[in-house]
Amino acid sequence: MKISDVVEVLGCSVICGEQFLDLEVDNAFGSDMMSDVLAYVKPTTLVLTGMVNSHVIRTAEMLEIRCILFVRGKVVTEDLIEHAKQNDLVLLSTPMTLYEACGKLYSKGMPPCSKE
Amino acid sequence: MVIYREIYKVKRGDFATAGEASAKIKSTLKKMGIGPAIIREVAISSYELELNLVIHSMGGELILEIENGKMSLISKDIGPGIADKALVMQEGYSTAPESVRAMGFGAGMGLPNVKRHSHNFSLESEVGKGTVITADYYL
Repeated sequence: MKISDVVEVLGCSVICGEQFLDLEVDNAFGSDMMSDVLAYVKPTTLVLTGMVNSHVIRTAEMLEIRCILFVRGKVVTEDLIEHAKQNDLVLLSTPMTLYEACGKLYSKGMPPCSKE
Repeated sequence: MVIYREIYKVKRGDFATAGEASAKIKSTLKKMGIGPAIIREVAISSYELELNLVIHSMGGELILEIENGKMSLISKDIGPGIADKALVMQEGYSTAPESVRAMGFGAGMGLPNVKRHSHNFSLESEVGKGTVITADYYL
């Protein structure tokens, strides 16, 4: 699934990284725990989270993932957006809960991310 | 023989800058032309070790060492030391306080994740003295 398909399926807004919406995300992982994100996520994983702090962006930087979807309508601060831009990250936002956003993506065929 | 070394001081509780050392290590390796797959593995381990120093140690150092055919990440701290070394390698075991969990860390995945993302892993610790964790990568 392209990031643009995720935007369409969930009707989410694009915070930054519009130029990268053609990138592929072939699995997804939802968690507020960055410790778990660090243990599971691959570079092609879409990360869904309700956690908003600088470590979410830093975690993405280390894992070289390209797209984070913030759920529950969390407001992303300017400093985080700036850090995300420096790392060519796509940030998306939806008012949906984590459960609902994951459920909709799963029903459209987005597979889960495995640890191995 | 070590041909290159970078040492970063990491302070206890300094969440604001946590991850900066790892970002610098990542940037160094990129400039050296190390393969992207191995850089990602090192970056994950480095970030986990750096966060552990911030969360659990009384302060310490994160060190990158490169010698012929091998690269090592070393986390050295001045305490408090780990009493049960087997327990900290168990996924889900964590002594992180609630304040750390509120930031999204302390799920008890750190050290097992470093082990999984390294070619060779060692943990030496003495209560009251400190801990030395080494993650090696063969180039």
